[in-house]
Amino acid sequence: LTASASGSDPGSAAGPEGGLRGALAAGRPVVTAEIGPPRGADPEAVPKKAEPLRGWVDAVNITDNAGATARQSSLAGSVLALRAGVEPIMQLTCRDRNRLALQSDLLAAGALGIPNVLLMTGDHPGAGDHPDAMPVFDLDGLALTRAARMLRDKGTLLSGLPLTGRPGWLVGAVENPFAGPAGQRAARLATKADAGAEFVQTQFVFDLAWFGRWMDALAGSDVPARCAVLAGVGPIRSLRMLEFLRTGLGGVHVPDEVERRLRGVPGDQVAEEGVRMCVETVRRLLEMPGVAGIHLMSLGHERGLPELLERSGLAPDQRLGRRLAPERLGRRFVPDQRLTPSGHPGADPGGAGRAP
Amino acid sequence: VRSDPSPDAGAPRPTRPRLDARAAYALHRLLAANRAYRALAALLERHPRVYRRFTAAEEATKRSLFGCRMCGRCALPVTGYTCPMTCPKQLRNGPCGGVAPDGGCEVYPELRCVWVLAWERAEAAPHGADLDLLALPVDHREQGRSSWVNYWQGRDERLWITPGGPR
Repeated sequence: LTASASGSDPGSAAGPEGGLRGALAAGRPVVTAEIGPPRGADPEAVPKKAEPLRGWVDAVNITDNAGATARQSSLAGSVLALRAGVEPIMQLTCRDRNRLALQSDLLAAGALGIPNVLLMTGDHPGAGDHPDAMPVFDLDGLALTRAARMLRDKGTLLSGLPLTGRPGWLVGAVENPFAGPAGQRAARLATKADAGAEFVQTQFVFDLAWFGRWMDALAGSDVPARCAVLAGVGPIRSLRMLEFLRTGLGGVHVPDEVERRLRGVPGDQVAEEGVRMCVETVRRLLEMPGVAGIHLMSLGHERGLPELLERSGLAPDQRLGRRLAPERLGRRFVPDQRLTPSGHPGADPGGAGRAP
Repeated sequence: VRSDPSPDAGAPRPTRPRLDARAAYALHRLLAANRAYRALAALLERHPRVYRRFTAAEEATKRSLFGCRMCGRCALPVTGYTCPMTCPKQLRNGPCGGVAPDGGCEVYPELRCVWVLAWERAEAAPHGADLDLLALPVDHREQGRSSWVNYWQGRDERLWITPGGPR
């Protein structure tokens, strides 16, 4: 099979073709999606959302108190997704935990066989359901990324104490090409790659020209090869959603032409126009040099994801034979060999060959 | 959008420095570590009452100029003299993803992001390369201590590293 070209994919827990790491190694266009755990102790909510995605995506983000609103933890959600046969990407923010808690959750993720983590600073509590909460921010996203690589590659805590058993996850980060100051955002991604991020998911891309300028600034550097860029996309299926994205969600940029297109069709066709625009965006993104795949944020339309992927040419069978040209990735993405889990069973739940 | 009674009290708010970046770099040369300052720092640490007075004077100066919050691990020399501890998330490694395209803070949209200010000031100084450094996590035991004394005592060595270099 194409996915195991490298001979081993130690992190693949549930992905049908080697998961996120396997897709990156094979040079296939990556597809990730996103699930928010429930506000409650319901054990069925995450599996119910994850199951329809099984086989369609390489991995699924499990959000961590997204929007600073308390939910089931991303660690629990990731374990529930694993059990449902869907490879999780555990999100972890610096907002709610100090450096002890961050490191212990990362080690827990390693012990439980969670194959990917996504590290970020996090929204300010002021925007969430507990605006009276203590904002922790003991570390920032970059410092947390570096700390994660220390845990995994050096086998030590920030304090310098050695670990018994290293975690094996792939380390991801987030970036918003549309935030200010515009001229500095490409450099920001390079800094995240230097700190140790191996993949990055971006904020929603609705403005392809702007996103293209951001990617252009990275072309010629080795950043897209060291840190795979997954472009954030999603279908705007109603005018209410359009308004929310334009005004209610910080950091999202919706250009006027998108608004004109959605307002230019009869009310009952807005949903289809939104999906069509999303499909066009995905197709154009995958032609951009340096783009390794997409991160699909469904905006509450999980059930429509398979159709959207199919129309974008990203159904599982369509993707299997598909390769992003190596020159487009700058250099073929090679997962860090130090990723190998260090021989504790939890890091290798799929039973895939333990690396030497 | 919230408003605090005083910009210096309560939660951190983005603060525009009152001192031009070039002037701040010049001031730094005046305070640059040398043997005399190091001796002074050692003396101050032996006399807690004098240390407290000295620290109060440092705080008054830096609070009025930069909105200093006395973290004790001063980042000003590598941020174009813009205090990152006035960021509502107290980020020491550049702006978050919530900065508006016009440079407005995510939490206080009417105020300019301190990291946008830092970039503008460092570029103009010109000290833009400073912003590529990776700041190590703050030592919270130093809260309220004199960062000048810490600097003169040579304790700022491990405040930053070059990312991509040895971890």
